[in-house]
Amino acid sequence: MNPVVEAMEVTSNQPENRILPTLEVEHLKTHFLTRAGAVKAVDDVSFYVNPGEILGLAGESGSGKSITGFSILGLIDPPGKVVSGAIRFKGEDLVTAPPERLRDLRGNRIAMIFQDPMMTLNPVLRIDTQMIEAVQAHRRMDRKSARQLAYDALEMVGIPAPAERLNAYPHQLSGGMRQRVAIAIAFLNEPDLIIADEPTTALDVTIQAQILHEAQALCKRTGTAMIWITHDLAVVAGLADRIAVMYAGRIVETGLTDDVIDRPLHPYSVGLLGSVPSANKRGERLQQIPGMTPNMIGLPPGCAFKARCPRGDDVCDLAPEVSELLPGRQIRCHHPHLEEVSA
Amino acid sequence: MTRARTGNMAGDVTAEEKAPGANTPLIEIAGISKRFVKPLDIAGRIARRFGGGPEAETVHAVDGVNLSIAQGEVVGLVGESGCGKSTLGRMVAGIMPPSEGAILYKGRDIASLRGDDKLEATFAVQMIFQDPFSSLNPRMRVEDIVGEAPVVHGLVSRSGKSDYVDEILTRVGLDPALKRRYPHQFSGGQRQRIGIARALAVKPKFLVCDEAIAALDVSIQAQIINLFMDLRDELDLTYLFISHDLSVVEHISERVVIMYLGRVVEAAQAEDLFAAPNHPYAKALLSEVPRLDQRKQDFRPIKGEIPSPLDPPPGCHFHPRCPQSFGPCSIERPVLKTIGPDHLSACHLND
Repeated sequence: MNPVVEAMEVTSNQPENRILPTLEVEHLKTHFLTRAGAVKAVDDVSFYVNPGEILGLAGESGSGKSITGFSILGLIDPPGKVVSGAIRFKGEDLVTAPPERLRDLRGNRIAMIFQDPMMTLNPVLRIDTQMIEAVQAHRRMDRKSARQLAYDALEMVGIPAPAERLNAYPHQLSGGMRQRVAIAIAFLNEPDLIIADEPTTALDVTIQAQILHEAQALCKRTGTAMIWITHDLAVVAGLADRIAVMYAGRIVETGLTDDVIDRPLHPYSVGLLGSVPSANKRGERLQQIPGMTPNMIGLPPGCAFKARCPRGDDVCDLAPEVSELLPGRQIRCHHPHLEEVSA
Repeated sequence: MTRARTGNMAGDVTAEEKAPGANTPLIEIAGISKRFVKPLDIAGRIARRFGGGPEAETVHAVDGVNLSIAQGEVVGLVGESGCGKSTLGRMVAGIMPPSEGAILYKGRDIASLRGDDKLEATFAVQMIFQDPFSSLNPRMRVEDIVGEAPVVHGLVSRSGKSDYVDEILTRVGLDPALKRRYPHQFSGGQRQRIGIARALAVKPKFLVCDEAIAALDVSIQAQIINLFMDLRDELDLTYLFISHDLSVVEHISERVVIMYLGRVVEAAQAEDLFAAPNHPYAKALLSEVPRLDQRKQDFRPIKGEIPSPLDPPPGCHFHPRCPQSFGPCSIERPVLKTIGPDHLSACHLND
């Protein structure tokens, strides 16, 4: 608990005695300039992750959570562009870093796990070829030791009979196995940061539990920081240390997992949590958020949630600024649910 | 009908108790099986003729399932991918013929019905699909997607189609003014509503919802779940709700059936099942569902993966992954037994 609280205070501008976060994102804006207008996919997003910490980045489709992940790795293609803001990886700015430096970092110090393992593994290469390649791209190492490293990584993520799997092609493995291979590749070079973009969405519950278990154990053991992008709040509730909720390109609420889930402040978080079915609400009508996620083209100024918000009024036509209402709780809202918290 | 062929008697007793006055369940699935056989190629057939060669590969997608569903009931069907839950749903909806067994609508075998009786049974059971993007014809306007079937079958006249479509769209929460549009002009949640409207257009009694909300965002999921519950109250619908999402099934279902590799392993009232699952697979499955109220949990997963249905393990299908497996598990197939009121489970531990 303590280091987190300390780090929270650090973000409110006290540069001395900080523990250096693995990643700091400040006022990041990634826009897509289309003919129909600018899509502000990521609009003024700030957050940080400390070593060994798991940050859950939650939001619905189109909220910009994946684009945030891609922006960190410099994987935004035109017409998309990081318009402004800073992404500091262990103090080094990635936005201004040359492509060679980014290539050096990607897959080495920062790794990404994608949603669909069939898309990330090369179907015509054996697993060992792909894994050895990932090692040798970043380190001088002979094939034999690289293969041994790959073997160890597969064993670590709980793949039975790793020696056989190394000689297999991706199509010979099941979805859960493939995703585990993808995770093993992400961990191969012992990165400082892993960005996991909905890695368990396509998997069954039992396999999801296995993957969550492994991710959690690995972060604890290696001190790797992790950003877990998901639409499923129940998944991050059991996994993450802190949660950031995104809506229409902005982070609307951040805080410790317990705080956000038990005492959500932003009306969107309140609605989102209310719409998750759970045991104590069986058979009742679910609290639903009216309407749907807004069109990101030509989003009006002001709070993007206003049209769906039960508390929206004229003040909401002005974009709410980030405010730290409670220690460690940042929120972007003119009418937060503060009364429930104080009650 | 070889109803007693297996012991897989999911809820045969239960429905009769549950629906007083209507002793015949609305839908009864009797000893149903579905096998997919991959035929041998020519080399294989020649080799077979000379007394050798490979066997034809057979997948037992569904293996002797019994289930009866009473009027007005919501039955949740859960299981991992590959357990046969979708195949079962498709057979119930009449999209796929069963290899063995029968589906009875109001006590009569659907396969033996002819003429108007057959039409009635076909209309009565409708299906809602998982993917609202591929289940709607992209070249048809919403008006035709929803209105075609009732006009063709004479449920409404051609001139009355427009009003009829308006009425149904309003019922599922869509603005009738949008009916001239094409599916691609709608969002995922709206498309799913169109799919529901299409199913409702022929005035069904029974809806098979195959992962009907899995492709939707959380806030939209809640809207569709609420819509399902409203429709049930308004139209007295019965549901078979197929899903891998246990929290959704727990929310909406009265009775829950859990399948593993083509067989029913446990069936019970939702409350009982979630409070006290009996089968080791059910226990493992329920404990692994991520929940909002479980923080920083230590995930303790069941080992291994669902085995290939081409070559299922003998005896109890779950025994290679089961932490409590013992002697008979690898030899004898466990029978579904009543272990409590309205609670069936297929496990040797109950013997």
